[in-house]
Amino acid sequence: MENNTDTEFLESLADKEYEHGFITDIEMDILPPGLNEETVRFISAKKNEPEWMLEWRLKAYQAFLKMELPSWQNFKMPDMNFDGISYYAAPKNTPKYNSLDEVDPELLATFEKLGIPLNERKKLLGVREDGPIENENGEMVERPLVAVDAVFDSVSVATTYKDELKKHGIIFCSISEAIQDHPELVKAYIGSVVPQTDNIFAALNSAVFSDGSFVYIPKGVRCPMELSTYFRINAENTGQFERTLIIADDDAYVSYLEGCTAPQRDEHQLHAAIVEIVAHKNAEVKYSTVQNWYPGDKEGKGGVYNFVTKRGICKGENSIISWTQVETGSAITWKYPSVILQGDNSYGEFYSVAVAKGKQIADTGTKMIHLGKNTRSRIISKGISAGNGQNSYRGLVSIGPKAANARNFTQCDSMLIGDRCGAHTFPYIDAKNPTATLEHEATTSKIGEDQIFYLNARGIDTEKAVEMIVNGFAKEVLNKLPMEFAVEAQKLLAVSLEGSVG
Amino acid sequence: MLSIKNLHASVEDKEILKGLNLEVKAGEVHAIMGPNGAGKSSLASVLAGRANYEVTEGSVTLDGKDILELSPEDRAREGVFLAFQYPIEIPGVSNINFLKTAMNEIRDYRGLSPLTAKEFLQMSREKQALVEFDAKLVNRSLNEGFSGGEKKRNEIFQLAMLDPKLSILDETDSGLDIDALRIVSRGVNKLRSENNAFILITHYQRLLDHIVPDFVHVLSDGKIVKTGGKELALELEEKGYDWLK
Repeated sequence: MENNTDTEFLESLADKEYEHGFITDIEMDILPPGLNEETVRFISAKKNEPEWMLEWRLKAYQAFLKMELPSWQNFKMPDMNFDGISYYAAPKNTPKYNSLDEVDPELLATFEKLGIPLNERKKLLGVREDGPIENENGEMVERPLVAVDAVFDSVSVATTYKDELKKHGIIFCSISEAIQDHPELVKAYIGSVVPQTDNIFAALNSAVFSDGSFVYIPKGVRCPMELSTYFRINAENTGQFERTLIIADDDAYVSYLEGCTAPQRDEHQLHAAIVEIVAHKNAEVKYSTVQNWYPGDKEGKGGVYNFVTKRGICKGENSIISWTQVETGSAITWKYPSVILQGDNSYGEFYSVAVAKGKQIADTGTKMIHLGKNTRSRIISKGISAGNGQNSYRGLVSIGPKAANARNFTQCDSMLIGDRCGAHTFPYIDAKNPTATLEHEATTSKIGEDQIFYLNARGIDTEKAVEMIVNGFAKEVLNKLPMEFAVEAQKLLAVSLEGSVG
Repeated sequence: MLSIKNLHASVEDKEILKGLNLEVKAGEVHAIMGPNGAGKSSLASVLAGRANYEVTEGSVTLDGKDILELSPEDRAREGVFLAFQYPIEIPGVSNINFLKTAMNEIRDYRGLSPLTAKEFLQMSREKQALVEFDAKLVNRSLNEGFSGGEKKRNEIFQLAMLDPKLSILDETDSGLDIDALRIVSRGVNKLRSENNAFILITHYQRLLDHIVPDFVHVLSDGKIVKTGGKELALELEEKGYDWLK
């Protein structure tokens, strides 16, 4: 090794090619680029929506027109040419499939290639094999069941295990289907957590969302398998505007996973999603994301703009909402999964690992809004910056006047790889009740040559050493993921930092 | 086994090792003593391949193979083990998974298949018992929150697991209380064999009461200035180093 290895070796960390950059060649119905009232009407009509849904969309569109792009984030907002985007792209032929046999084989092959088998006999999201997997104690265990809703550009192409779930009274379908089949539920909850006017991207999504997933877990039901949605952007110049709504009734439990990838393209693509979660009395919802949208190339050409609004409300007492995210992709990530702690004794969690390498920007964090008594929240944020990446943690802990004895613990750790990247923290606290207890811890560390050398001296090469150190750093968050997802996330972290050091 | 000839090395253009010669045969234990700043720890770093040391002259071979050409990880795979003076903490990486990775990397280099989980755990239990390493520490994060003594004992546990040809113990005795020193020494004595060799770098004679060396060398100003048997250590303890300059 050369003398000034630390820098040189660590600096090359961001060179690994994006694995999921291929394009599926399939006939598509694509709406020409442009945004106006007609676009909104077109999407609503295409989906055969009831009048109330169209009205709701149009209201959002009107709000959108009056709103401005935010300016508080820790990066320069790129030009958002909302008229240059196509707002609807769907595989030709019927976008609604009654069974997997009807799905275009090319599409099935695409998801297969991404490691998302839509075949119900194959059990797992993210891993191809069917057999048992090794857990962290080195024991072989059965893979858990995972039901998948696969969204390709603007439409949901397949949802697995629907019948099995129906037996428990669980509704798991695309949101388009939910609007048709369960309008009372959608009407009652859509926009109840993220209003149409929340922010410009939320308004845009509310106007033009094309699909997404819908989950309803009835009273007292523990969902017997992991539910998941897999999002894939394929078409050129399209945005993806999906919307997910999860409702857990009293005493219900569900764990939900979300994954996403996009082809490698030179143009930026906008992804502006909304996720709303409602947890009633004693209910628990775990929401895990592994975000791997195309990050753009080394020079920052292309990549997905990921502007997402995710929020849950702990409506009932003793309810729990837990967000876990591993953010490795996207050119820009702007995302703050939050929890409104309305019910007394409710609990919110946010566990995050965000990687910013190459020219990536991650501005992510959470808001914990304590309204009820004895509400608690926990924030664990791990930011990894490499290359020219800029990673910001932005968090708000707000304690309302009635939130007696509220507690929050926040820990923000940053790791720097190389010396051209940056880590920033913006913690905000707004406490209106004197009985609140708030703790905040923050650390910043640099992957040290000493750590790498120590592992080298035990026969472990530098690439693997960095992988071990980074995974160790992120472990507390990775451990929160459902097991098989954690394995994938570890690999993803390793792959996304591959070649960063060398 | 190890042959060091006329070794010159520098850090940031400052020459630290100035023509060092040393021959170590299989089955031998060599102690290297000397005043502060003599270059003892630098020698350990150069042998293990630390990046900021530049070798300007001389050669180092292990069983005839030039190791100066090799990366640090390949030196480890060839059988060089450095027990660090200040073992590094790596949060979130479990001690046992780290060792499993290290061991399988080394085995892979030597064309051996990886150990099964069962074989590895069995071996780990045997070696823990052999070097009296606390089982609780095995599953903790690597050195994180370990006491100074626990870190040093972890180095010896790793040494036992990786079974190197040549072990370099860089001031392993520093910071150890007398009980820990006994345990560490007992571990090393059990690991000594006809097939391996040890270099003990130390300031103090007391380590050599427990691990009896075959040779004692005095390193001063980047060179070995005196070599003797174990009695040389006692003489140094009494007279200090000044008389050798």
